[in-house]
Amino acid sequence: MPGLGTSFGRGGATTNQQDLANSDCIVIMGSNMAENHPVGFQWVMEARERGAEVIHVDPRFTRTSAVATRHVGIRAGSDIVFLGGIVNYILTNEKWFDDYVRRYTNAPVIVHEEFVDAEDNGGLFSGWDSDRRKYDVTTWQYAGVEVHGAAGQREQGFKGSHVKGHAAHGAHGGGMSSGNPPERDETLQHPRCIFQILKRHYARYTAEVVAETCGCSVAEFEAVAETLCRNSGRDRTSAFAYAVGWTQHTVGVQYIRTASIVQLLLGNIGRPGGGIMALRGHASIQGSTDIPTLYDILPGYLEMPHTERYDGLDDYIDRSSAERGWWGNAGSYMVSLLKAWWGSAATPDNDFAFGYLPRIDDDHSVYWTVEQMLAGTVKGYIIAGENPAVGSANGKAQRLALAKLDWLVVRDLVEIESASFWSDGPEIESGELRTEEIATEVFFLPAASHVEKEGSFTNTQRLLQWHFKAVEPKEDCRSELWFYYHLGRKIRERLAGSTDPRDRPILDLTWEYPTSGVLQEPSAEAVLAEINGSDSDGKPLGSYKELKPDGSTSCGCWIYCGVYTDGVNQAARRKPRWEQAPVAPEWGWAWPANRRLIYNRASADPNGKPWSERKRYVWWDGRKKKWIGDDVPDFDEQKPPDYTPDGDAKGPDAISGSHPFIMQADGLGWIYVPQGLEDGPLPTHYEPHESPFRNRLYEQQSNPARQTTDLAEDPYSPPGSPVYPYVVTTYRLTEHHTAGGMTRFLDYLAELQPAMFVEVHPGLARERDLRHGDWATIVSPRAAIEARVLVTERMRPLHVDGRTVHQVGLPYHWGTRGRTTGDAANDLAHMALDSNVHIQEVKALTCDIRPGRRPRGAALPKFVRDLRERAGAR
Amino acid sequence: MTTASYYGRNIVKQPVWKSEIPLYFWTGGIAGASAVLHGLARLRGNEALAKRALFVGAVADVASPLLLVKDLGRPERFLNMFRMFKVTSPMSVGSWILLASGGASSTAAALELLGILAPVRRAAEIVSFAAGPPLATYTGALVANTSIPVWSEARDQLPWLFGASATATAGAAAAVVTPVQFAGPARRAAVAGAVAEGLVMREMRRRLGFVGEVYDQGAAGRHARIARACTTLGAGLLALAGRRPAPAKTGGLLMLGGGLALRFAVFRAGFQSARDPRYTVVPQKERLRARESG
Amino acid sequence: MSTASYGAEAKPRVGFFTDTTVCIGCKACEVACKEWNLIPSGGLEWTGESYDNTSQLDANTWRHVAFIEQPKPLRVDADGADPPDGQPEPLRWLMESDVCKHCTHAGCLDACPTGALFRTEFGTVVVQEDVCNGCGYCVPACPFGVIDRRDLPRSPQDAPLALPLLGTKEDGRVWKCTLCYDRLKGGHEPACAKACPTDSIQFGELDELRERAQKRLAKLEGEGWNGARLYGDDPGDGVGGFGAFFLLLDEPEVYGLPPDPVVPTRHLARLWRTTALAAAGLLAGVALAFAGGAE
Ligand SMILES: Nc1nc2c(c(=O)[nH]1)N[C@H]1C(S)=C(S)[C@@H](COP(=O)(O)OP(=O)(O)OC[C@H]3O[C@@H](n4cnc5c(=O)[nH]c(N)nc54)[C@H](O)[C@@H]3O)O[C@H]1N2
Ligand SMILES: Nc1nc2c(c(=O)[nH]1)N[C@H]1C(S)=C(S)[C@@H](COP(=O)(O)OP(=O)(O)OC[C@H]3O[C@@H](n4cnc5c(=O)[nH]c(N)nc54)[C@H](O)[C@@H]3O)O[C@H]1N2
Ligand code: SF4
Ligand code: SF4
Ligand code: SF4
Ligand code: SF4
Ligand code: SF4
Ligand SMILES: [Mo]
Repeated sequence: MPGLGTSFGRGGATTNQQDLANSDCIVIMGSNMAENHPVGFQWVMEARERGAEVIHVDPRFTRTSAVATRHVGIRAGSDIVFLGGIVNYILTNEKWFDDYVRRYTNAPVIVHEEFVDAEDNGGLFSGWDSDRRKYDVTTWQYAGVEVHGAAGQREQGFKGSHVKGHAAHGAHGGGMSSGNPPERDETLQHPRCIFQILKRHYARYTAEVVAETCGCSVAEFEAVAETLCRNSGRDRTSAFAYAVGWTQHTVGVQYIRTASIVQLLLGNIGRPGGGIMALRGHASIQGSTDIPTLYDILPGYLEMPHTERYDGLDDYIDRSSAERGWWGNAGSYMVSLLKAWWGSAATPDNDFAFGYLPRIDDDHSVYWTVEQMLAGTVKGYIIAGENPAVGSANGKAQRLALAKLDWLVVRDLVEIESASFWSDGPEIESGELRTEEIATEVFFLPAASHVEKEGSFTNTQRLLQWHFKAVEPKEDCRSELWFYYHLGRKIRERLAGSTDPRDRPILDLTWEYPTSGVLQEPSAEAVLAEINGSDSDGKPLGSYKELKPDGSTSCGCWIYCGVYTDGVNQAARRKPRWEQAPVAPEWGWAWPANRRLIYNRASADPNGKPWSERKRYVWWDGRKKKWIGDDVPDFDEQKPPDYTPDGDAKGPDAISGSHPFIMQADGLGWIYVPQGLEDGPLPTHYEPHESPFRNRLYEQQSNPARQTTDLAEDPYSPPGSPVYPYVVTTYRLTEHHTAGGMTRFLDYLAELQPAMFVEVHPGLARERDLRHGDWATIVSPRAAIEARVLVTERMRPLHVDGRTVHQVGLPYHWGTRGRTTGDAANDLAHMALDSNVHIQEVKALTCDIRPGRRPRGAALPKFVRDLRERAGAR
Repeated sequence: MTTASYYGRNIVKQPVWKSEIPLYFWTGGIAGASAVLHGLARLRGNEALAKRALFVGAVADVASPLLLVKDLGRPERFLNMFRMFKVTSPMSVGSWILLASGGASSTAAALELLGILAPVRRAAEIVSFAAGPPLATYTGALVANTSIPVWSEARDQLPWLFGASATATAGAAAAVVTPVQFAGPARRAAVAGAVAEGLVMREMRRRLGFVGEVYDQGAAGRHARIARACTTLGAGLLALAGRRPAPAKTGGLLMLGGGLALRFAVFRAGFQSARDPRYTVVPQKERLRARESG
Repeated sequence: MSTASYGAEAKPRVGFFTDTTVCIGCKACEVACKEWNLIPSGGLEWTGESYDNTSQLDANTWRHVAFIEQPKPLRVDADGADPPDGQPEPLRWLMESDVCKHCTHAGCLDACPTGALFRTEFGTVVVQEDVCNGCGYCVPACPFGVIDRRDLPRSPQDAPLALPLLGTKEDGRVWKCTLCYDRLKGGHEPACAKACPTDSIQFGELDELRERAQKRLAKLEGEGWNGARLYGDDPGDGVGGFGAFFLLLDEPEVYGLPPDPVVPTRHLARLWRTTALAAAGLLAGVALAFAGGAE
């Protein structure tokens, strides 16, 4: 998650859900935690019971709002104004944590003299290239320094990766090459120092502007800002919790950045009860970015080699690793990974088989791939654990794309819409597709569920927890591990004896895993051991610090190194919390190095003393000469607080003893991000791609760097179009899971929410004469869907630009199959994407809503087309 | 009157019983009161009336358990009714009474027909005579001992109401099947029962207050009106023209219908008062207020 | 109620304290109950009644989560400022997980003619499914409308009946919360309480729960929670106190609960007297009819 990655150095949540119980104030924004993380939410309730404020800022009044101490309703897509307003409030009322800001952040750093802020340039930063629709980031740099933030850099050269859903891969911190140290002004007075730039950037984000843009009242906003500041400082800490209510926007990453700035100014990062809790999605979605299912990074966030860019391994390492900070050791991580994959075939002479790695030549991400299917260039597709026909933006484009394939393999627990689109998809009903004309050959392979196999989940807080098999998979159901291992085995058998050099990467793979049982199930623990890594004589490694660049160690994912310490499966530890230390270090295993709360060096002051007794966590023990405390110190244990690196120090040694953010080249929290982001060093308010409003702060309406498609299947409504006057947002219900494959097919869950519905305020119901319990048709430039009408005061109307806006709320769990069926909200959504992580903007769209059911058959596309033409949508 | 409720949903459950139950209340009543009629007729040497009352009662007594069994969710488990005797359960007590009464009256009737074993018959007659009054009245206790507002709030009247109606219907039944010259006591019992029924009904409505309004509404209302009409008309006929066969038969049949309608009125009223939460909430609130202020 | 009959085997009475102020309406309790007790699905009717689509406790829903949207503030500030600074019109969303109350004086149990309903050694009220004959008397006897008859028609797959002529249903018995009798016997806490992420459902020994509830109420009153009250904790109430009692934020009837439940059998003695009198009255009446002559 580049928002966190560029700010602090690691792309993961800075804290854990249990620690929320220590907060004095929790701001839940862009998340409906009670409904979507109900188990983790118990610690929020614990905090509330201890007297903490729980603030929920959300367009809707949800089950989270119901138990919060305060709910503030805002317009979907306006968060940067709200958070920027808080930044402004902190600065104008001098509420920032001065010592923390001066010593632990880059506030004093002076920026390049040619840098022009968006404030002075109609919403564009200096360096905008309108033809390439990209920024040239030279002028964003620190004065006299070249920084390369690792997040954005890997994507320069082509459009970059689209990662569906959850907030993309955990991009890591910035490196720094030449000419350090950067110029600083410890007085924070220099007009070009980051602190002053920040002040100017948010000066216009006043309480009044917040109220006018977000639709809440000035009093509501000020109450939140005041409460947050009152509960931050030496003695008190506040936390933020967010999820996809923030990420699924064309400026999603910058939402998170704004929160990061707030938390750095208030000194809430790396301290108990503080931090930013990024609540993730699927059971192991953090794991699927740590050991990525993504095409453009390697395990442990190592950069995926590009076709044109590298001569050899050394060159790759030079470019992808920083001189200072922990990324200085990227070479050790990479070589160990190559050894894990190609074992003895990876030798110093052949660059440790670096040449075996596939190279990326272009974007190969989900939405891009869908475009390629529609264009007919992608001919075969394997869907495993996903239901794009329901879960991905613009369902129609998704299904039309699948219908263009030659072959499609779907591995799932049940026959989902993505496997049945050819027989019962909406396009069949509307006549846009005809079954007999669809050439796609569909193979459905039943998958074993999590209770039918063992393995680890890496949850939202980087915690690996092992789960055991409860029952044998039924009939033809097979685990992922079984499928990919035996697929690989069969391919290798086919290629055996081949002399074709292009087959070597496959034939040389280390592919020996013990199997057991009638099904020949591969051992998941053996895979974990390989990921953990071992030394030259096969002894399991204890920590990534032991990794070497000389090929004497192997490790499948450097950040997971230590999960198999002493040959023991650390992820399987289950000692109850009441039988161990407060942070429960013996429950499961967290990366990195079993640290539960990262950057925890910041819980002590520059001299290594706790900021306060109440908030002590990790501190420097002068006698023992080491860092000690409740958690594993996220710092070089021996490095004293007063350590100052000499000029040519490299890697970790180049980090000062008082700089907590060890993954950053300078060890500092980045308020301002000179490089690593596609759309600016400071968060700036842009309207959603589709919005009924003009941007009241800048001429620039929407994020200039956002990605849009030119697909005929993906038209957009023009800003402020009266044809689509309402903001529509989509979300989850506790009772269902995402695209519904795991819930719509189950009686016990289906009966709890047995129909697709739309939530509207009585005022909107009157405006459009919708009757409670009846049907309504919701229409966007892409599609029209129908839903039962739930009229509720919880959809509070807002007052924006002096007029009342109604928001339309849609759960997105329904599709054509299962015990409960209904239209899919995603049919309404467009494919405009965030510029950094390329998430679809499904949280803020525009629509119209009308009473009654939608047209059937051919009348449906016509109905949609007529409105679209009226709106002049393209 | 509007009271807070959960989406207007009922608080207490409506009974799960079907129309077999009110039917049984009716047959049970006839059986119980007939046994008494039969017994006294025997004592007073009115053999014509005694025989007929015995047969009527026996038929009703035999019909009753069949109706009950049919209504069980698990009819094959009817015998479980006799696993125990439980005073806290009018249904348990009633089952034993019905067993006694039914067994006795049917035995007596059979022996009467065959004209054998007179002493056994006499013993059976005594048992059924003793079981008769409780059989005719316990059904009132059965419904009153529930949380159904219009039933439980009428706990002081329902046994009387059912008893009166039982007398009326048993008398009427006897009056229908007995030659008029022997049917005097039956007619008088019928008319007396009808009068008593009317009085108790009025008293019950008075005590019930607004909850009683269900007797004016919907199915309960319809049945109550039919009951009143038939019973009054029937009783009138019996009283004024009961010495002539035709009016006696018509009057008797009318009263039997009236008695049946009454049971359905009470039955339906129970459902209606359960369905609307107001009938549960308002009296309870008043009770609370009374307690707090007193 | 008493577990006295169990003698040495009697256990301390257990129950639930359901604290609605921490309920997040996740329905985990409802689902856990169904999973553990293998209860049939209740059907797929969308009610439009907030987020509640199972509507009430019945034969197929033994835990039910109620949802109530109200134009009232959740808390009233110490200074009575309501709504608190700058909030729009007040709004709160109450959630309450309802369950069988396991009454001290249980109407259902008293009414049961077969003894299918019984008092366990834990002081809870349980139906023996192999004894219940579906007479349905317990259903209207319950002051809370909890226990209910399950009417499952027979399907061809069902096993043949003992007495074909009589049997009409696959299942015509009554069902309700057993307080997980099987789990209690195994020394486990009930499934619903186990699943509840926020401890809104607290399982334990009743006496201890009652004390805890008093403390809790005091705290909430201090914090100005609007309408906080205990419901069913008083052994002096009409059912002798609930085994499963609640902390509510509004009048009971708002949640679909009776404001002053009374076990029917409380009036039974008097009722039997009335019945006896009525029986005597009947006898007297008929006797009088003969007074006018035997023919
Ligand atoms: N029961 C259940 N749990 C789940 C899931 C599920 O499907 N069901 N899904 C899992 C997955 S994959 C994920 S990613 C997480 C997602 O967890 P969440 O992010 O909590 O899920 P959502 O409900 O999509 O969105 C959260 C909230 O964002 C609000 N919102 C929409 N637009 C905006 C905005 O512009 N600003 C702000 N501040 N809020 C906005 C919505 O009203 C909604 O209440 O949940 C996980 N947990
Ligand atoms: N409108 C709108 N759209 C959204 C979102 C939104 O908030 N609004 N949220 C987005 C987010 S955050 C997400 S994560 C996506 C989710 O969207 P998808 O991932 O497309 O939908 P899921 O239903 O989570 O698909 C997971 C599938 O995996 C199957 N499955 C479960 N276990 C296994 C297994 O072990 N092996 C295999 N092979 N299959 C398994 C399940 O049955 C299910 O069908 O939706 C995204 N789309
Ligand atoms: S579903 Fe699993 S991951 Fe989600 S809240 Fe429940 S327990 Fe946690
Ligand atoms: S609540 Fe009803 S069902 Fe439960 S014990 Fe009390 S009377 Fe019986
Ligand atoms: S239905 Fe079953 S449990 Fe209920 S009273 Fe009758 S026998 Fe007892
Ligand atoms: S105690 Fe057991 S049976 Fe009762 S509601 Fe909870 S889970 Fe269901
Ligand atoms: S599980 Fe707990 S929190 Fe969830 S609905 Fe039930 S009682 Fe409420
Ligand atoms: Mo997600």
